[in-house]
Amino acid sequence: MVDKFDIEQIRKDFPILDQQVNGAPLVYFDNAATTQKPQMVIDALNHYYTHDNANIHRGLHTLAERATTGYELTRKKLKDFLNSESTDQIIFTSGTTAGINLVAQTYGRANFSKGDVILVSNLEHHSNIVPWQMIAEETGAKVQVIPVDDTGVLDLSAYKALLTPHVKLVAVNHVSNSIGTINPIELMIDLAHEIGAKVLIDGAQSVAHFEIDVQALDIDFLVFSAHKLFGPTGVGVLYGKRELLEAMPPYQGGGEMIKEVSFSGTTYNELPYKFEAGTPNIADVYAFGFALDYLKSLPKNAVWEQEKALLDYATEQLSQIDGLRIVGQAPEKIAVVSFVIDGVHPQDIGVLLDKFGVAIRTGHHCAQPLMARYELVGTCRASFAFYNTKSEIDLFVKALKRTIMMLS
Amino acid sequence: MATINETQDELIEEFGLFEDWADKYEYLIDLGKKLSPMNDAFKTEENVIKGCQSKVWLHAEKQGDQVVFFADSEAIIVKGMISMLIRVLSNHTAAEIMQADLYFIDQIGMSQHLAQTRSNGLVAMVKQMKNYAIAFHAIA
Repeated sequence: MVDKFDIEQIRKDFPILDQQVNGAPLVYFDNAATTQKPQMVIDALNHYYTHDNANIHRGLHTLAERATTGYELTRKKLKDFLNSESTDQIIFTSGTTAGINLVAQTYGRANFSKGDVILVSNLEHHSNIVPWQMIAEETGAKVQVIPVDDTGVLDLSAYKALLTPHVKLVAVNHVSNSIGTINPIELMIDLAHEIGAKVLIDGAQSVAHFEIDVQALDIDFLVFSAHKLFGPTGVGVLYGKRELLEAMPPYQGGGEMIKEVSFSGTTYNELPYKFEAGTPNIADVYAFGFALDYLKSLPKNAVWEQEKALLDYATEQLSQIDGLRIVGQAPEKIAVVSFVIDGVHPQDIGVLLDKFGVAIRTGHHCAQPLMARYELVGTCRASFAFYNTKSEIDLFVKALKRTIMMLS
Repeated sequence: MATINETQDELIEEFGLFEDWADKYEYLIDLGKKLSPMNDAFKTEENVIKGCQSKVWLHAEKQGDQVVFFADSEAIIVKGMISMLIRVLSNHTAAEIMQADLYFIDQIGMSQHLAQTRSNGLVAMVKQMKNYAIAFHAIA
C-alpha cells in the first residue's frame, strides 16, 4: 500500500499511456468504454502462458493444479472485493452483457409470466434493455421504463408509482454509461424489495469508481466486466444471492457444469460451476485478480478524489466554451462529461480530436432511448480514470477549441 | 469531361499541396460545406444509409446515358468525402462507374473514413453507388 497518490508513478504503471498518437501525446479519455491495464495485469497474462497454462478443475498434474489455484484465487479476491457471502456466488461470465443474458434466460424464463413487469430505466445501455425485451416476448411479461428528468436524474416518484405487485424484477444501472449519473440504488433496492421484486444492478460503469458491498446494499444480482475495471477483456462477473442462484436452472449445457451424465438423465454441478459450462477464460480470470490487487494497493479514497477533481476541472473548463452544452448534470455523477456543440455533429468532433491525439467516444453510446429522450443524435463523451491528469484536460480543451474553429 | 481516373488524379494532386493533416481536413470540411444541397424530396427512408453515428442519404438518376448522384450527410467530414465521391463518379456511364477502382481515397490518406465501417455509412454508400450503376446498366 502506497501512502500518497503519486500520479507520476501511477502513470508509469500503465505503459500504454506513454505514447504518441498522430504525432501528439496520447490523451486517453475513453475509460467508460474500456480502462487501460496496469503492468501487473500484463505481466500476469504473460506469466500464466509462460509457466502455468493447463485446463482447470479436472487434471491431476501440477500445471492443472497451478492453473486451477490461480483461477479460483481471483474468485476469492472478488468475494472480498464485493463482500459476497461466499465464493460460490461469484460466477465468471464473458462480460456484463453475458451476465444479464444469463439472468434473463434462467431466472427470467423460470419466473416471468404473462402480465408480469420488468422495470428498466431510461438511462440503460442496450445490453440492459434488449435481453429483457427478448425474455418478455417469450414469457408474455412487459418491460416498463423508469423516466429520467432533464438533468439526467431518475424520477423516483414515477419509480414508486411503477412499483406495482406485477413487478418481478427491476434491472437498473448503478451509473449511466452515457452521462455518468449515479443512481440511488440503495433506496431503489429497498423500495423494490418492499413489494417483493428482485433487483439486478448493472455495475459495469460503477465498479471502477467506488466500492460496492453487495450485502450492505442487499443486491439480488450484480453484473460487471473486468475490462472496465483495469482487467482483461472477455471476463465478467455475476454475483447473485445464493437462494436465487440455486433455484435457477442452468444456462448453457456442457462440460464442467455437470455432476453426472448418462443418456437417461444428467445431474448438475453445484454453484458456481453450474453456470460455468466449458473451459472458461482461465488466463484472463487469473490476470484480473492482479487488477483487483492493484486497486487495493492504491490509497483509500484516492481514486474517487482524483476523479472528482478531474470531473470538476473538466466541467469548469468545458462550460467556458461557447455553444457547448453538457448533457447530464446530475448532482451525483462519476467522472464522465457528455456534451454537444451547437451546429456540430459529434462524429466530426471525434474524428478531429483523434488527429490531436485525444481519444473520446462519440455517438449514442448504445443508449438510443436516452438520446431519444434528449432529442439528440449523440453526444461527445470524455470519461476519466484516476491515471488521467489536469494537464491532459488542458490538452483536450485546447484541441477541442481548435476542432470547433475548424468545423465552424 | 474528365475520366474517372483523371478526376481521381486531380484530387490526389490537390491534396498533395497540403503539408499537414489540419490543412487537409480544413479543405475536406470546406468541400463538405460546398456540397450542392440535396433536394429534401430525395431524403426518404428508402435513400437513407444508417451508420452507427451518422446517416447518409443517396439518390441516383439517369440523365441521358449518364448516372448522376445526389447525396448528403449529417456530419461535415462525411459530406466532404461524399463531395469527392460525387465529383469522381457522377456524370459517367453506368459501365464506367461499375468498373471504377477508387484508389484516390487511400492515396490522399483518407482510408480511415472507409475503415470505420459501422460509424458513418460511407462504405455502404460506395457500394450503393456501384449497385445503382449495376441496376442502370442492367435496364439499359
